[in-house]
Order: sequence, then structure tokens, then C-alpha cells
Amino acid sequence: MIHIRRSLVGLGLGAALALSACAPGGSSSTTDESSAPAPGAVKTDAAALGDVTLTVWDQEVRGGQEKQMSTLNAEFQKKYPNITIKRVSRSFDDLVKTLRLALTGADAPDVVQANNTRSQMGEFVKANQLVNLDPYAVAYGWDKRYPQSVRNVASYSPDGKTFGSGSLFGMPQVGEVVGIFYNDAKLKTLGINPPKTWAEFDAALATAKSKGEVPLVLGNLEKWPAGHVFGVVQGRFTKADDIRKLGFGQSGGNWVTPENTKAAQALVDWVDKGYFNSGFNGQDYDPAWQGFTKGQGLFLIAGSWLQADLSAAMKTDVKFMLPPAPEAGGTAVTTGGSGLPFAITQKAKNKDAAAAYINFITSPEAMKVLADNGNLPVVETAAQKAPDALATDVFTAFGTVSEDNGLVPYLDWATPTMGDTLGATLQDLLAKKVTPQQALEALQKDYGDFTGQ
Amino acid sequence: MAGRPRQLGPPGEPRRIGYLYVLPAFLVYAVFALYPLLRAVHLSLFDWDGLTVGTWAGLSNYQEVLTDERLRASFGHALVLMVFFALIPLVVGLLLAAILHRASVRGLGFFRTVVFLPQVVAMVVIAVAWRRIYAPDGTINSVLTSIGLESWTRGWLGEYAFALPAVGLIGTWFESGLVTVLLLAGMGRIPPDLYEAARLDGAGAVREFFAVTLPSVRGEIAVALTLTVIAALKTFDLIYMTTSGGPGHTTTVPSYEVYRQAFELGQVGLACTIGVCLTVIIFAISFVITRVGDRVAD
Repeated sequence: MIHIRRSLVGLGLGAALALSACAPGGSSSTTDESSAPAPGAVKTDAAALGDVTLTVWDQEVRGGQEKQMSTLNAEFQKKYPNITIKRVSRSFDDLVKTLRLALTGADAPDVVQANNTRSQMGEFVKANQLVNLDPYAVAYGWDKRYPQSVRNVASYSPDGKTFGSGSLFGMPQVGEVVGIFYNDAKLKTLGINPPKTWAEFDAALATAKSKGEVPLVLGNLEKWPAGHVFGVVQGRFTKADDIRKLGFGQSGGNWVTPENTKAAQALVDWVDKGYFNSGFNGQDYDPAWQGFTKGQGLFLIAGSWLQADLSAAMKTDVKFMLPPAPEAGGTAVTTGGSGLPFAITQKAKNKDAAAAYINFITSPEAMKVLADNGNLPVVETAAQKAPDALATDVFTAFGTVSEDNGLVPYLDWATPTMGDTLGATLQDLLAKKVTPQQALEALQKDYGDFTGQ
Repeated sequence: MAGRPRQLGPPGEPRRIGYLYVLPAFLVYAVFALYPLLRAVHLSLFDWDGLTVGTWAGLSNYQEVLTDERLRASFGHALVLMVFFALIPLVVGLLLAAILHRASVRGLGFFRTVVFLPQVVAMVVIAVAWRRIYAPDGTINSVLTSIGLESWTRGWLGEYAFALPAVGLIGTWFESGLVTVLLLAGMGRIPPDLYEAARLDGAGAVREFFAVTLPSVRGEIAVALTLTVIAALKTFDLIYMTTSGGPGHTTTVPSYEVYRQAFELGQVGLACTIGVCLTVIIFAISFVITRVGDRVAD
């Protein structure tokens, strides 16, 4: 019995030692290549790089996304027979969950699509797992073709702490913009003209309500949809630069301002006036917009990602517009950004080949392929021919707002926890569990805790 | 030459050889259950984002679980769910089983299959189906409207007061069948002469239930409670698919927090801590249930 007890003590001691000694993540030694290659060292002639196999992880799995990706991959391999693309595509959800492990593994992919957010791209940059693309941006002229506002959404400081400026770590293919879809047929029946100003928009909502229609469609069970509605309303009151600070989680911003209070109050007013469909907090996002296609509701504040589905269901009955400008003649301010940017991993065996691939799938020719397959090209948008009427609206809107510098980041990008804080707070606000003041204080706390660090 | 004395006694003696028999099973258990558990305990002592080298955090993660209002609330929600997953199904199950057992219903097999059916369907499917039932334009509200109770309609999963009970009721529906079938099996083993004796003593149906049926199925009740309590405490898929913890934070549960911390916020250490705490709680509750059940059954 005694020797058993002694061995138990030994075991306990050994375990305690082992516990504090081996920190998790310590075994995978990160290669010390944090310094980016000098501009002169970048090789842009992909044909001269020898035989290379590139493993690419993307999430372009749906309809037009999948088509553009396979088309571009085939064209790339035709142009550069020495480079073989090994494509691994998985759904967005799967990619987000597996990328963290994949990057730390021994068999890491070369090119990956990493979500812009702090919890993904930001963390990877901080852990030195992605390649700084600045030298490639100069060599390939990305810095000329991609406007600053677009590059910002894939830029971080090299320590991963500052989002929205610093060095470029990814290149997006497609754009995203949140705006207002409206049922044009219904608008005509009600005798309302498409609103050009916020006052006209308010009047349209009131008219719709008085005629027994649901003015605004919202399905907020998933928590995040209200964030997009709030983003649009915020653009009416708050200056774009102030929203950017809050959205990128850069220090110096403030949630508790008279402008933001007005925005939160405006949202509550819409609830009070009964403008939203009833039970919106318990309504699914998808059934909500599907209801919209079947004629329920007049306006749907949502993103360009719904364009293909809405267009297929409603044909020419549906239209898309940017939110009205804060004041007449001004520029519209709305939430938007890019699709998931493509990034190069530090473990990539041939980084020049990886960059050549990214350059190819974001080239002007690629933008045309994207548009042909119904995707919203992130640059040179206006030059593309959209596949249908609604897509034309969306292309025009995105082109306008990105050139006018009216795009502001998603508010939940600000901090790792903001997605949840924003979703829960807006549910609270819309259900009138909290006042606008309390809601903004909750957002400020999340933002302040993070930026104060 | 004196041979060693032949060993007598049951197989497995001496002890060392006995352990040898257990070894293969133990190895599998150790690799797939014990090691991950120890590793989780290990990770719970670190501040680790899953990417870079973790830093030793001592017990600060545990402190956070105890002090963070939201994490604490999630454990509270799990306890509320226990009522819906374990206690109500037990009452429903006892009632159903007693009726099915007593009144020798025709087509018992059919009813047994029907009440057990939810157990066979994947939880995700159940969650999606119930989401439609609870939707603002879903089945419940349609029924309410059709019987003139339109003022009662609401988006059930989006209402602060109703979301958690609404999710809990899905659990009740899910677990009742399991409990019923378990208890039915237990009741089937009660010797008929016990009932006969009770009846001779002039016991009615209710008296009979409390004097004969209930004491006889205590073992089954313990098993049913253990299974359902564990199911309640580790619910993840149901919450993930129905409310994502909303509205606000009114329906978050520990398992959902583990997922959120590890995969969304990159707080692997804290996620492990929540997991370890959950394991301890489940272990403690199951321990009490089996202890009480065993003692009474003796």
C-alpha cells in the first residue's frame, strides 16, 4: 500500500511539473520569416517558377461562386502548366472552424481564404501565419487597382492589433454592400415613388403602414441581421469616419454620442410605430426574405448576397437602392466590404507562385469572369455587365458607394466579441429591454475594453 | 523439484493478471476518454488562443467562470433545462407508462414506438422542425389564431420570457418517450401477484401505483434521470440550431459557451475550463442520482 501511495505522489508531482512546463502550442515552431520579402526579390513571372503544386482552400461552393472559381483555376493552369492547383473547397462554416487547426498543422495549405475579422485574419496575422502582401501589391500594381477603402478591409498592422490599416494581408475577389431591396410592383400599387431622401423614406414607411402593409421585413432570430439594419440607420446620422473607427475597433471612437443615440432611437421608433413584421426577434432570416419574395413587406434592408436569390424569385418586381444620403446631395454611407480575401500562408512552399495565383484570380479579366457568373466584382464594378436587372442595381450601387468612399465596415468586426455583443444588444434594444442609452453603453463597453488594452 | 504451488481461486487471481484482462479496454478508454479529459484540464490552466504559444494562467480561467455574469447565467439556464429535460419527462413518463401498463392497451407496441420515435431522429432535425413550429407564422401561432387567441401569438423563440421554456419543451418532448419506454420495461418485470395482493387489500389504482409500481421501478427512475440530466446539461445542438443563445443572452448554455469561446473567440483555455466545470457538475449530479437510486433499490 505504501509503495502505491508513493507512486501516486510521484505521479502527482510529475503531472504538476508537466502541466506547467509544456505550454500548448509550443511544439509547433513558427518559422522566423516575419520580415516580408524585399520588393526587388519578388518574382512575378509565374511561368519561370518551375514545377509547383499550390494547395488552395476556398469557400466558393455555391452556384456562381463555384463556377467563377473553377473557370479561373482552369484558365490559370492552362496559362501556367508548370503550376498545379490542388483545390480544397468547403463551406464557409467549415472553413472558419478548420482553418485555425490547418494553419498550425505540418501540412498547411499555401493559399487560403481567411475571413477579414479579428478572430480569423487578425489572429493569423498576430501568430505570424500569413504573408505580408505589400511587396506583391507594389509588384503587381494591386495598390493602384484596388482603392484604399477596399484594401483597408484586408489590412492589419503586422502585430495584428490594428485592423483597417497597415499592411495588406489578403486580396478579395468580390464586394458586399448592405442596402435596401424594395418590392417595386407593390410600391407602384401603393402610389409611392422610390424614396430619394430619408424624409421620403420615412413617409413611404408611414404610407405603407397606413395601407395595411408591413413596411420593413426583418428576421432576427439569428441575432446578426439587425446589425445590418442598424448599420444603415447609423449611416443616416453618424459620420463615415466615426463609424470606421468603431467598426475597425481603432481607438479614439465613441459609441455614446448624440449621433449614435439618434440612430438607436430611430430604430426604436420604427418598432414603436409597428413598421417591422411582428415577432421579428423570433423570425428566421431565410424565411423572412423568402416571405418578402412572396409579397410580404415593402422594404428589406439586407446585403448584396441576397441579390441572386431575390432576382430569381421576383424577376423585375424587386429593386435595390443605396440608403439615402444623410443630406440632399451628400454621399450615402452604408455597411459593406469584401468577400473573404485570399491570403498566403507562411508555410507556403513557393510564395511567388501563390502570389501569382492570387493576382490571376483578382485580375481585370477575373473581374469579368466574376460578373459573368453573377458575382459582385470588388473593383472595376461599373465596367462589368451585370447578368440581370437587380444585379445591375447592385453593381451600380456598389460602384457608387465604394468610389464615393461611403463604405463603412461591418460593426461586428470591431472586437472579437462584438458580433455577439452587437447581436444581443440590438435584440435587447428592439425588444425594448434596454433604452438606446443603455444599448450604446453596452456597445461602448465592449469597444472600450478592447481598444483600451 | 518442488513446483510452484498451483494457484487456486477464481480467474483473474492474482490481481496483476486480473488487471491484464482489463488492459485492452482500459487502453481504448484511456486514449479516447481519459487523455482528452486530462488534456482539457491541462489547457484550462492556460491562456491560449489555439495558435500561438499559450501562457500559464493558473486558476484565473476558473475564477472567470465563477465571476463572469454571462457564463454563470449559462449554468443557471442549464439547470432550468434540467427541469424540462428530466423532471417533467419523468412525471409524464410515469403517467404514460402506468396507463399503458395497467390498461392492457391494444397495439402497445405501436404506442411504444410512437413515443420513442423522437429519440431516433437527429437533434438537429428536431430543432429545425420546432423552429418552424415556433416561428411567428408557424404552427402554434396558426392554431392560436384559429381558436381566437390571436393576442397570444408571438415569435416564441424571440421573446425574452418564453425562449428558454420554449427550448425546454422541445427537450420534454424529446426525452418523454425514452423515459416512458424505460419505465414500461421496468413495470413489465413487476410480479403480478404484488398487484393481486394490493387489490385484495382493497387498494385502488392510485394507491396501487404508489404502493407497488413506484417502488418497483426506482432503479429505472435512477437510470432515466441520469440519462436525461446529462442530456440537459450538455445540450448544444438544440440551442445552436434554435436560438444561438438569444434573444439577448437568455438561452445560452455551458456547451454553447464552450463552442463560442473556442471557435468564435479563440479562447481555448477558457473554453476548456467551462468544459471541465460542466464535467464536474454532471459527474456530481449523476453520482448523487445513482447513489440515491441504489440505496433505495436495495
